[in-house]
Amino acid sequence: MAKVIVVTSGKGGVGKTTSSAALGTGLALRGYKTVVIDFDVGLRNLDLIMGCERRVVYDFINVIRQESNLNQSLIKDKRVDNLYILAASQTKDKDTLDIEGVGRVINELSQTFDFIICDSPAGIEKGAFMAMYFADEAVIVTNPEVSSVRDSDRILGLLASKTARAVNNRDAVKEHLLMTRYDPSRVAKGEMLSVEDVTDILAIPLLGVIPESESVLSASNSGNPVILDTESKAGQAYDDAVGRLLGEDRMHRFLEIEKKGFFQKLGLFRS
Amino acid sequence: MRILDFFRNNRKTSASTAKDRLQIIVAQERMTRNGPDYLPMMKEELLLVVRKYIQVPDGAVTVKLDKDDDCEVLELNIMLPEQAEAE
Repeated sequence: MAKVIVVTSGKGGVGKTTSSAALGTGLALRGYKTVVIDFDVGLRNLDLIMGCERRVVYDFINVIRQESNLNQSLIKDKRVDNLYILAASQTKDKDTLDIEGVGRVINELSQTFDFIICDSPAGIEKGAFMAMYFADEAVIVTNPEVSSVRDSDRILGLLASKTARAVNNRDAVKEHLLMTRYDPSRVAKGEMLSVEDVTDILAIPLLGVIPESESVLSASNSGNPVILDTESKAGQAYDDAVGRLLGEDRMHRFLEIEKKGFFQKLGLFRS
Repeated sequence: MRILDFFRNNRKTSASTAKDRLQIIVAQERMTRNGPDYLPMMKEELLLVVRKYIQVPDGAVTVKLDKDDDCEVLELNIMLPEQAEAE
């Protein structure tokens, strides 16, 4: 039986797709057979972030409507063994998603995969609801910024009431906070919410903190999940997060500003 | 760095303002989260009715819905200002 993990946030542009691609790739690198599903029907982007946009023939909606089978629709990653992508449809609308259809596909994938990563669209409408409905665990992607934190809290409410686990009175969906675009230097100046501020408010366990990093944009430019850039801090931070997702105990890195010279430190007094 | 933080904390930073605002709004939204959609509107109308007789501030009326197994309790709390009692 596969573990179903939804990557969600409520707010758009916080890094759901980047995180889905990175976490999925990280799990596959460790030998787990993993599929990443794009639930953003009508605005598909996972294929672009993962660099397989020209290989999409059949998509998730085709499988749901039984116009194609899973073997035809799953795109096998060319870099990492065990990694597969199920693209969203670009032409249909999100109302095509329904619990029966999505459930059937997830159930079929569960037979052969270890992890199913559901990349949720922004918002709290049907696509987001479908992405979270079958989840065993949830990664809530949050920027250290007021609107993102508020939306994350809203999503936590939905996870606790609208998922299959909630509806059927099973154990609650396991929640993980993934902070992205974190800038320790701005936190030190009091210009940005800190990890502690956000964990105080949301009160869920911290999976990882991804520092603001130029490598995230260059990774998406080239269609390589940033976790493959093992030199970059963002890539390393995602690798730590994957470790924690699998139950490893890893220190949180990149939370402090890089060591600066003595005079630069003095400069902080004036800020 | 902690020592530097200590000196700087004398002034309120925008991050701490953000945290305060978030804590208030999130607490408020959690209270109404699983209640029916009519609750906020009902609260507004109750506030108007109360104000026909007593001048109370905006936050004076709180409405809470509690669920026990098969029984729902609607708890209505109206805080009266001290002067009103004296009149």
